[in-house]
Amino acid sequence: MKEIIEGRVWTLGKDVDTDGIISGKYLTIIDPEELKKHVFEIALPEFAAGARPGDIIVADENFGCGSSREHAPQAMRAIGVGAVVADSFARIFFRNAINLGVPTVEARGVRAIFEQGDTARIEMRAGRITNVRTGQSVPFPPLPPHLLKLLEAGGLVEQVRAELAARKAASTPTT
Amino acid sequence: MSPANGHGQTLAEKVLARASGAERVVPGEIIEGNVDLAMMHEQGAQTVGPFHQMGAEKVWDPERVVIAIDHWVPASTEGAAILHRILRKFAAETNLPHFYDVGRHGICHQILAENGWVVPGDLAVGTDSHTNMLGAMGAVATGIGPTEMAAVLALGRLWLKVPSTIQVRVHGELGKGVTAKDLVLRVLGEIKTTGATYKSVEYTGPAIAALSMPERFTICNMTTEMGAKCGVVAPDEKTFDYLAKIAKHPMHPLYADADAEYERVVDIDLDGMPPMVACPYSPDNVRPLPEVAAEHIKVDQVFLGSCTNARIEDIREGAALIKGLQVAKGVRFIVSPASTKIYDQCLKEGLIQIFTDAGAVFTNSSCNACFGGNQGLLAPDEVCASSSNRNFPGRMGAKEARIYLLSPAATVAAAIRGEVTDHRDML
Repeated sequence: MKEIIEGRVWTLGKDVDTDGIISGKYLTIIDPEELKKHVFEIALPEFAAGARPGDIIVADENFGCGSSREHAPQAMRAIGVGAVVADSFARIFFRNAINLGVPTVEARGVRAIFEQGDTARIEMRAGRITNVRTGQSVPFPPLPPHLLKLLEAGGLVEQVRAELAARKAASTPTT
Repeated sequence: MSPANGHGQTLAEKVLARASGAERVVPGEIIEGNVDLAMMHEQGAQTVGPFHQMGAEKVWDPERVVIAIDHWVPASTEGAAILHRILRKFAAETNLPHFYDVGRHGICHQILAENGWVVPGDLAVGTDSHTNMLGAMGAVATGIGPTEMAAVLALGRLWLKVPSTIQVRVHGELGKGVTAKDLVLRVLGEIKTTGATYKSVEYTGPAIAALSMPERFTICNMTTEMGAKCGVVAPDEKTFDYLAKIAKHPMHPLYADADAEYERVVDIDLDGMPPMVACPYSPDNVRPLPEVAAEHIKVDQVFLGSCTNARIEDIREGAALIKGLQVAKGVRFIVSPASTKIYDQCLKEGLIQIFTDAGAVFTNSSCNACFGGNQGLLAPDEVCASSSNRNFPGRMGAKEARIYLLSPAATVAAAIRGEVTDHRDML
């Protein structure tokens, strides 16, 4: 996880649900490279073709509500989304994104200070997000240490792998 | 952690304290909870990769893992067939005996309920957002993603933020033709789709005590649409009776303290409440059914199905309404029971014949139209009356299609009249 994340902004409204991010008809797709072609097909149709690695999603309240599909943050990770920022998140999306190592920032009032195509600068530990064009910024409570650790590990897979490896090493006889 | 103050704990806090081995927990605290039951459906196929990447070799406790495929059953696409095969192979390799495969299948939450996999005091997790339904057992049951599930399978635990709790106190009595579905739609209209995000919703009061277990499943199920981490009902004699012969592991009944601290209290009075309907395009766009019925909204399709409302009681109610009548001209009516067990009951009770005589399609158990990936999708601008749980754009096929969420009886009435209707004059 980078301490400072900067990128071009794509704006979205409130209550963007996971059907709007990855439609039900694509749920049998496992390959993230294939999934990313359909990301935001309903909610933001021009995104998949126009997105660049490092771009930042800025949404209003309740981003990622609805179905528990991990396909949604997976597709965003595959396309190289730098961070997902919203006034608020639906809980499963928030968990899935963090577990996949996608930086997630909940900042009240953030959607109102951005327009499509602006540049956002996020200070993860300081808890501040700034619109580079206008200079406006909003503070946010930094993620709790437990979750920052998870992002630093690169996500849940890496973290559990380290724990299991440590367990194995501890149980292996040293003689 | 020592008590921050003298206040008691809510039901969800009690369950999470038990799961984490703590005396008490406080909202906002992040805990590591031991999982009592882990459930996977097709999304579990995405658990297999991370499980191996983690270097895990065995599942922490195969007796605590259920696999129940439900979204595409039997496989309707090559992709779904591959997901099913990945799960079968994984179950064989890691010795997971509790696989509800094609022929013994059902919607995963119904499989958990009717086989007693979740009991009072449990922390249950599943790869589906409507796992919340099992909170009706007096448990904390919540949806997680497949990567998280891989960690659960490897370690038997996961991190959880202790939720604050909204208490929903329900008084009064449901009127004729008004159901638990109308109750939960009414609560949704109040709390809205963001009102309970990360929170627990605890349903209490005499009207909740009066509900049957299937009715409690319906209300806890749609707590998901409020954004909640869980919806819970305290266990009582009905819970214990329901589970008496089927509980798969020991119960640990827990109850909220009398001085528990609630973030918010919502009072709902059922006396005089009409049936409700959630209009497009959000489950919280709830209006009284008589008002919407007056607009004579024509429907193209009707769906009686989903984990929310396709239990035997729902299907019996629908059959009683449509018996001897016909599906309106130009309307497609699809009935999909919530499990194979319910399908069998329908067969034995002659209910399937009642629906097919009326011109309905009675399918095998699957999520089907509810999630727009299997049988019963909608074309642009089509309208569907449904007993399911979501009506977001694109939920059931085309993004322009419009879905009205109703009680099972009102759903079936829409099939008969060809429009969204107040069914109470048909009872």
